[in-house]
Amino acid sequence: MSMLTQKARMLASAVALSLALPLGAAVAQERDVTIAVSIPAATHGWTGGVVYHAEQAEKEIEAAFPNIDVVVSTASSATAQVSSLEDLSATRKLDALVILPFTSEELTGPVEQVKAKGTFITVVDRGLTDPSVQDLYVAGDNIAVGANTARWLADKLGNEGEIVVLRGIPTVIDDERIQGFSDVIAETKIKILDIQYANWNQDEAFTLMQDYLAKYPKIDAVWANDDDMLLGVIEAVDQAGRKDIKYALGGNGMKQVIEMVKEKNERTPISTPYPPSMIKSAIYMTAGQFAGQAPMRGSFKLDAPLITPENADQFYFPDSPF
Amino acid sequence: MTTATASVATADEGNRIRWADFAPFIALAVIVLLGALINSNFTSSANLINVITRSAFIAIIAVGATFVISSGGLDLSVGSMMAFVTGIMIMVMNGLAPAYGGWAIVMGAGVAICVGALCGLFNGLIITVGRIEPFIVTLGTMGIFRAFITFMTDGGSLPIDRSLREAYRPVYFGNFLGIPYPVLITLVVVLLGAFILYRTKYGRRLVSSGSNSEVARFSGVNVGRVRTIAYVIQGLCVAVAAICYVPRLGAATPTTGQLWELQVITAVVIGGTLLRGGKGRIWGSVAGALILEVIANVMVLSDMVSEYLVAAVQGAIIIIAMLAHRFTSNR
Repeated sequence: MSMLTQKARMLASAVALSLALPLGAAVAQERDVTIAVSIPAATHGWTGGVVYHAEQAEKEIEAAFPNIDVVVSTASSATAQVSSLEDLSATRKLDALVILPFTSEELTGPVEQVKAKGTFITVVDRGLTDPSVQDLYVAGDNIAVGANTARWLADKLGNEGEIVVLRGIPTVIDDERIQGFSDVIAETKIKILDIQYANWNQDEAFTLMQDYLAKYPKIDAVWANDDDMLLGVIEAVDQAGRKDIKYALGGNGMKQVIEMVKEKNERTPISTPYPPSMIKSAIYMTAGQFAGQAPMRGSFKLDAPLITPENADQFYFPDSPF
Repeated sequence: MTTATASVATADEGNRIRWADFAPFIALAVIVLLGALINSNFTSSANLINVITRSAFIAIIAVGATFVISSGGLDLSVGSMMAFVTGIMIMVMNGLAPAYGGWAIVMGAGVAICVGALCGLFNGLIITVGRIEPFIVTLGTMGIFRAFITFMTDGGSLPIDRSLREAYRPVYFGNFLGIPYPVLITLVVVLLGAFILYRTKYGRRLVSSGSNSEVARFSGVNVGRVRTIAYVIQGLCVAVAAICYVPRLGAATPTTGQLWELQVITAVVIGGTLLRGGKGRIWGSVAGALILEVIANVMVLSDMVSEYLVAAVQGAIIIIAMLAHRFTSNR
């Protein structure tokens, strides 16, 4: 008997709770603006960072603007991203879409269809083939990543010396970084001994650097066009005990490398950002369009300033996976 | 007349087997010779030690793959499994480090061995009990293990605790009487593997299951069990490779071990093991792993090939090596 009453009481309190919940929601202001965010799934360091910053932006913006609802969706391939766009726009009215497209060609059509329903389109990082689709474009500067690093290095080496370069996966991003770098180096007396692909992979970078070290008895500096690879490079140099390498530089702003910059590491005193946090900048700007009616149409190119011990804190996210 | 022909044929047979056995080692010697001619730095002891040490991971995993492949199976999940085991091992070590200090490394390694064996058992049971093609099963688990490591690292990297890093480093970078530890570990794994495959009842049953599973079944071999154990051996080898791998860069990332399965299978086949099963060559697999690593090394050391074409030349060399192999084994 007492068991039964206890059960009844529990049931009653559960009912009371479930009644109270929607009531509480109704008291808060209704979220009437929806911003959808479509990004690649975390498959490597950089995209891991993108997912982290998108989720941070979601929390912060929803807390700051009670009328804005941010929906983050990740996709593991271009096809999956197209499907998720269809799902997102079919189930609700989207006021804005922030998208980091997997590929330019495949995503242009589907994004156009979302725009046709009156959605504000923000494109991040990789542009669509038809730029008229986007209302806002936010991207980093890959050429500057290479060029700024090269200028700093040329200055430190006094415009002469012998260096080796590790490049990533054959893509536009990789080509632009290498182009920015080698254009600047071409104006100096610095000689690039070797450039090979290491696929933005720590292990392959370690292996390649070991081979570089075996091949060249004297190397003044090494540039890996991504910080992930730089970690492999540093391990290989340390193990070989080579003291001739004055500088080992990367790029992207990975947190382990930012830590080295903060500690004023002599061999890796700088990095250059191509920050995954650009997704956060884009979400904030899109939110500004709706929350404060601050006009946000146009193209916005994030610069790639050198990360030095003085400004490293701005680029350091200790909780991010990247 | 007939007897004479027969005896000639047997003598020929004997010769053929011997040549086929040596083919991968001859190929390796030729490539090493080429390397020495192309760049004198190739034969420097530092470079050779680097290359041999680096090939340890693929060689160790290839020993396991030799068991699986000669039993008539295939395992595509080894690269992802390696990454997964690495991830679990680092998490265990980091978790135990505050309480147990350096012993956390040993305990982590023990956990890795268990996890590797279980992963192999999982593959093996689904294949033998579920009666599904090994290609499909291990393609599935390849995706599963890869997703797990991506999840564990949040897409970033999972570094080992700094307090353990220095203590653990020698397992990859250290040496005993000038021989790097990973090379010694590979030797132990290879000797054990060769013993099991060539000198035990289990080894003979394994090869007979691979050459003709029906015949093996009729002669009283529990083919399912034999094959399942082969996958467990593969899992153990993956775990040993993971134990040597972690001290090198001290981290697991979602790209750890990517495409290693293809390198492993290539090494095993170059080594003379039949992809359709029924013949296993443990030492050949090791030679295969060395060939792959040496080719990559020579490519970087030579200035003849454009960076865009390196992969094409590597592919061509492998095919030529296999053709030479076929040529010698037909003699």
